[in-house]
Amino acid sequence: MRVRNIEKEGHVRTPDYAKGKPGRIAEILGTFPNPESLAYGGDGLPEKSLYKVGFRQTDLWDSYGGSPEDILFIDIYEHWLEPREQSGEENQT
Amino acid sequence: MSNKGHDHPHEEPQHERSPWAARIRAIEELLVEEGVFTKEEVKAQVEYMESRTYENGARLVARAWVDPAFKKRLLSDTKAAAAELDIDATGPIEFVTVENTDEVHNVIVCTLCSCYPRAILGRPPDWYKSFAYRSRVVVEPREVLREFGLELPEDKRIAVHDSSADIRYLVLPQRPGGTEGMAEDELAALVTRDSLIGTDVARTEQEVGRV
Repeated sequence: MRVRNIEKEGHVRTPDYAKGKPGRIAEILGTFPNPESLAYGGDGLPEKSLYKVGFRQTDLWDSYGGSPEDILFIDIYEHWLEPREQSGEENQT
Repeated sequence: MSNKGHDHPHEEPQHERSPWAARIRAIEELLVEEGVFTKEEVKAQVEYMESRTYENGARLVARAWVDPAFKKRLLSDTKAAAAELDIDATGPIEFVTVENTDEVHNVIVCTLCSCYPRAILGRPPDWYKSFAYRSRVVVEPREVLREFGLELPEDKRIAVHDSSADIRYLVLPQRPGGTEGMAEDELAALVTRDSLIGTDVARTEQEVGRV
């Protein structure tokens, strides 16, 4: 999969540096109230699935100086993920 | 300390007068006035936080080192494993323990704010909340760990966990060599706060200063 590369204002739990980056789902962590709703007094419903996504450090940073085996995990909610082949400008609706 | 209205006495500690502290205090007073919570509830929450220290994490690690079945439970359900040691981590937050091995070293950060397993370990160290740590450890973890005095073998992979959602992470450090005969509480004393974050490893006194 890939992290959706979209701009969204406010209380968003997807770090900017991961946007548009390819990763692999390492684990399904469960469902949680949507923090983007909770933060503004919403009920957080429907709950969102949370995935532990692994990124190769060399995919995140062009100048990564460590081992190509190094990995970085981010917990990302389902609505921030898209299949890898669907990414690209033509699908950013 | 009497603290009626907004008329703070002058003998308060310096940090109480910082703009941020004043702001928090004002918001707190408003929320109490509005009946959102009571002063007693604030006090109880502060006491709850103060009662948690990294020593809880050290106990979990030491038990996991001596009891393989417990280690399995710690890695699969940290909250339940904590409850076994009378560490109350109940609440909506989930906890995950990640295991250091000969192949991989884990390090925890929250790049978006300062998410930390507070219900188990208490408050994070100040540096954990610093912009420098949060921004650098994801980009150049090996260099940052080196600055903490932790030189990892070249062939050891580093796994950084950016815990910015609903899971709080803690690290299960490797048991140091030469500790086979040690009792559980002696082992717990080898577990530093930073080793539970991954910016340090657990080591015996003989090993301190060299990894």
